[in-house]
Order: sequence, then C-alpha cells, then structure tokens
Amino acid sequence: MSTMITPVREVVRAADRVAAARRRVSPGETLGQTLMMAWRAVKKMRRNPEQFFDVALQPILFTAMFAFIFGGAIAGDVQSYLPLMVPGILAQTVLTTCMATGTQLREDMEKGVFDRFKSLPIARIAPLAGPMVADLLRYTIAATLTFGMGLVLGYRPGGGAGGVLAAILLSIFTGWSLAWIFTWVGTIARSTQAVQGISLMILFPLTFLSNAFVPIETLPGWLAAFVRINPVSHLVTAARDLANDALVSSQVAWTLLASLAVIAIFAPLSVRSYKRHM
Amino acid sequence: MSITELRRTGGGPGPDTGSDLAVRAEGLVKTFGGHRAVDGIDLAVRPGEIFGVLGPNGAGKTTMLRMLATLLKIDAGRAEIFGVDVAGNPHVIRQLVGVTGQYASVDENLTARENLWLFSRLQGIAASRARRIATELLAQFGLEDAAGKPIAQFSGGMRRRLDLAASLITRPPLIFLDEPTTGLDPRTRGQMWDTIRGLVTDGCTVLLTTQYLDEADQLADRVAVIDQGRKVAEGTPDELKTAVGNSTLQLLLAEPGQVRAAVEVVRGVLGSEPVLSPEQGRLNVALDQADLAADVLIALRTAGVSISSVSVAKPSLDEVFLALTGHGTDGDDRTGTEENR
Repeated sequence: MSTMITPVREVVRAADRVAAARRRVSPGETLGQTLMMAWRAVKKMRRNPEQFFDVALQPILFTAMFAFIFGGAIAGDVQSYLPLMVPGILAQTVLTTCMATGTQLREDMEKGVFDRFKSLPIARIAPLAGPMVADLLRYTIAATLTFGMGLVLGYRPGGGAGGVLAAILLSIFTGWSLAWIFTWVGTIARSTQAVQGISLMILFPLTFLSNAFVPIETLPGWLAAFVRINPVSHLVTAARDLANDALVSSQVAWTLLASLAVIAIFAPLSVRSYKRHM
Repeated sequence: MSITELRRTGGGPGPDTGSDLAVRAEGLVKTFGGHRAVDGIDLAVRPGEIFGVLGPNGAGKTTMLRMLATLLKIDAGRAEIFGVDVAGNPHVIRQLVGVTGQYASVDENLTARENLWLFSRLQGIAASRARRIATELLAQFGLEDAAGKPIAQFSGGMRRRLDLAASLITRPPLIFLDEPTTGLDPRTRGQMWDTIRGLVTDGCTVLLTTQYLDEADQLADRVAVIDQGRKVAEGTPDELKTAVGNSTLQLLLAEPGQVRAAVEVVRGVLGSEPVLSPEQGRLNVALDQADLAADVLIALRTAGVSISSVSVAKPSLDEVFLALTGHGTDGDDRTGTEENR
C-alpha cells in the first residue's frame, strides 16, 4: 500500500460530480441492481450448500410420510391419495421455502455489508428483491423434487407434462408473492429467532387450514368457511386441476389475483420498514 | 490561541459560511430514546482538507457521521454536502460520499475481487470497467494475492483496506472514515495514514473520526473535539496542542497531601496551572518544551516536595479532555449508544 505506484489520474472535482449526480433511480437501474443482488445471493447459496437441505429433504420426506400416514385413512389407499396430496405438498413446500426468505434476510441485514448497501446510491428495494429473485431457484428445486417423489411413489398425473409444468410455475409464482409477507416480517422483527417464530405462526394456519391434505367436505362448517377463502386452498385446487386434468380453472385466476394483492401490499411495506431501519 | 478562544462553539461555523464548503452542518441533533447522542453540532469542512473529529467512545462521532451519510435520520438541524441538502436529496448525497465504517462493511460470502465487482456493478459501472477498477484497487491496496480468497480468511487490516477500496470505486469527492485505524497494528496504521493522505492529493475531501490525538495530529488539517454530543473545541492540531502543551510532565507525589505545595511550585516556575488528575497525588503539567521538566523537578526538590514517579509524555486525548472540559474521557455518565446504531 505504501509502495504503490499511483497512475496519473484526473483530479476529483466536486462541482462536476454534483452537476452529474442523478436525482433518482430509474426503473431500468432498479432492475439491474436487483439482478446484481440476485447474483450475490446465488453466490452465497453456492458457498453455503446447507441452505439447500430444507428445499431438498422436505419434499422427499413429507411426500413419502404423508402418503403412507394419511393415504389409507383419507382416500382408501396410497395410490388414490397421491393426486390429492402431491399438489398439497407442493403448496406446503413452496410456503416453507418462502419462510426461509424472511429469516435469511434478517440474518443478512445484521451484517456489516448492509450498511454499505444503504450508503450506496441504489434503489432501496434492490437488497430485498435480489435475494427473492435468487430464491426462484430454490422454489424450482423444491417443486420439481415434490413431483419427482410423487412419481416414484406411483403418482401418474393425468394432466401430462404440460399440466405438471403449469402447476409448478403457478406454485413458484405464488410462493414468490407470498414471500413478500415474510420479507416484511424480516424487516420488522428484532431478531432472526423472532422472524422464525412469527413466520411459523403465519405458515401453520395457512398450510394446515387449507384443502392441502384433507377434502373440505370433512371439515366443520366454520372451519370450511376459512379454508375456502385461504389463498393456499385456491393454489392447491388450481394445481390439482392443472396437474391431474390439464384444466385451467377459475381457481388459477383467484390464485394470481391473491398473489398480486399480496405483492401490492407487502412490497411497499417492506421497503418502508427497511428504510426506517437506518 | 488560548483554550478559551478554541472553545468557539456558539454561533455559526465562522468565516467559512458559504455554499463552497464540502460539509456544512448546523445544529445537528440525534436523540435515541431520551439520550441526545448528538446535541447541536456545527461543522464546516473545506474542500480538499482532512478534517478530524476527535472524541472518546460514545461522544457521538459515529452518529454524526451516519447522519451526514444519510444512514440515520437527522432529528434537528440541517446539513449540506457541496451545497446539497442532505435530508432532501439522499440519493444525490450517496453519489457524493464514500463511507468506510468502523466495522468493515464488505460481504463475508464473497471474495475480495467479487466484493469490488458487486459494488461497482451496483453503481452502474459497465462490466469491463468494473473488472479493471477491481484489479486496480486490489493492486493499490496490496490485496492482489488475496483477491480470490473469501473475506472470512482476511485479517482485520486487510478487511479495512478492502473496505476503504470499496468506498473509492466511484472516486467520490468526499470520504467519511469512521475510526479508520482503531485496532490496527502500528505498521498497518502507518500505511493507512499514507493512503488517506494520498486521497487528498487526488482532490478528495476527507472527514474522519478518531480517538487518537496523534492520528488527528498526523493527518488532519483541522480538528473538532467532540464530547457528549457537543463540540467543545475546534482548531488546527497545533492550536490544540498549544492548549495542552507539546509534552506533558506526569508527576506522582509521594505525599498526596503536598499537592497544594506542588501546584504553587509549578505556577512559580512556568506561570501556568498544572492539571490535577482524579487520582490522588497525580499532576499533569503541560510543557512547551520537554526540557522545562528539569526546571520543574529541581524547583520541587528545593521546595521539599518529594516525588514517587515522574515521566514526560506526549499529551494524550485524556489530557486534551482534562484541559478542555475539566474531566477525563472515562466519565461514568457516558452510555455509548452510538455503537448500537
């Protein structure tokens, strides 16, 4: 450092810099910055492969476990339970994956590098949205493994490859949208543990109070009412129609609408509380 | 300049008032709960100078810097950087200021080169140029050999260097350094000082905080002394040192009861007041020249004041504080909330 040979450089002129400074971030810049943040998150994932344990193990374990535990009781046998259950597990897996988004963001925000992100002239949403873009990778792995395990157990989706692909894409998009809720939790909670606690309280009612594992008809009236409006139920029904019958039902529209509503509410909330954290 | 003149804390920033200042702050306030971490600080930093903010832990230095860097909301008062209002134009300010924090703000999961690449690309620098800048900065900061290593394997000094390199990517005209050498070994510290001096040669303005009087003395053109969220003095390092003397004679009396007699003797020889330390029987005497110590010692022996230990040292921050505020740097009313953001 002391022996450095500094090449002849232009002298920094403050007045020129003030004149050249941009007043705000353009949408194009925001996108570029988000993608850079996604690049960082992917690098991080590759260097900490243990982050993939949950997305890899959960679909395999849960699909097998639930098929043999509930199969006989709910549908008579494992084979006839699979078309009902696999889309349910798909929704559950995707939701669990979004929970990790929140806890990992919180962990990340406590590190020094976030101080630098805040001091840089970049869009405030980029550090939040970047990891979520990278998480698309995790959703894809989780969704593919769920269907893969189903196939191994003897699931033969009637909707064919196209139907299955559509069901996977819909689940990924929904998971990504719901992840904004957990991102928001990540920006408001005081610690990683708190994020985990709050997230589980959101996650359990959403997945288990849905039609993911049991038919709605078996539930008491008051519970059925909640289960019907639960967006996860819409996702599960839409995914079942797509995967089993290649049918694009109105449930797809409801799922997309609910997802967009979640983004519209929780993305601005997240950015606001992230800014306040400074 | 006397101590009283140095204590020019009231009023505006003096004759420098104008929009051609690098930093102009008036009455900055930051409150955490009921505690006023920064309590009405005025600051005027001229372009091209190294301005030092000197103060002990918890004095409000970091908090002040974070407000100026748009990392903390300004609760009261206003600040301008190169004439741009900080609170009103955070995005513009972030393009003008490079911030190097007290704790290295680089990504642990990435290598040194990847860190510089990420921060360049985030600021809209094209891929090929970002690569070149990373290579140049790694060379300039002696990190070429470690370029591909994850930061987790870096030493404290290497992290600091990478952190500073990351702040210089866009060559911002103003650089904030928060205690740039705290915790570094003497050799690395000297290198960091050279680097900081080099920044100014490039046309940058530097605002740095430090706990060390000698660092302020080595680097800064002007120094503001901060205590409990307030500015207690401002001037050149020479003016500050004149206030406390070029060196300090530290005396420990054998009989604490003889303090009064010792004070009389010092007054007689030097015509100035010694500073009584909170410790029983200890006096600090500011000296213009170190050889005046002999005169004081001879006079003390003649007067029959016996001494159990004696030393001559450069004045420390503690002595500056004793001279300027009448208390040391370890007052128990300090909370140190600034460290917890």
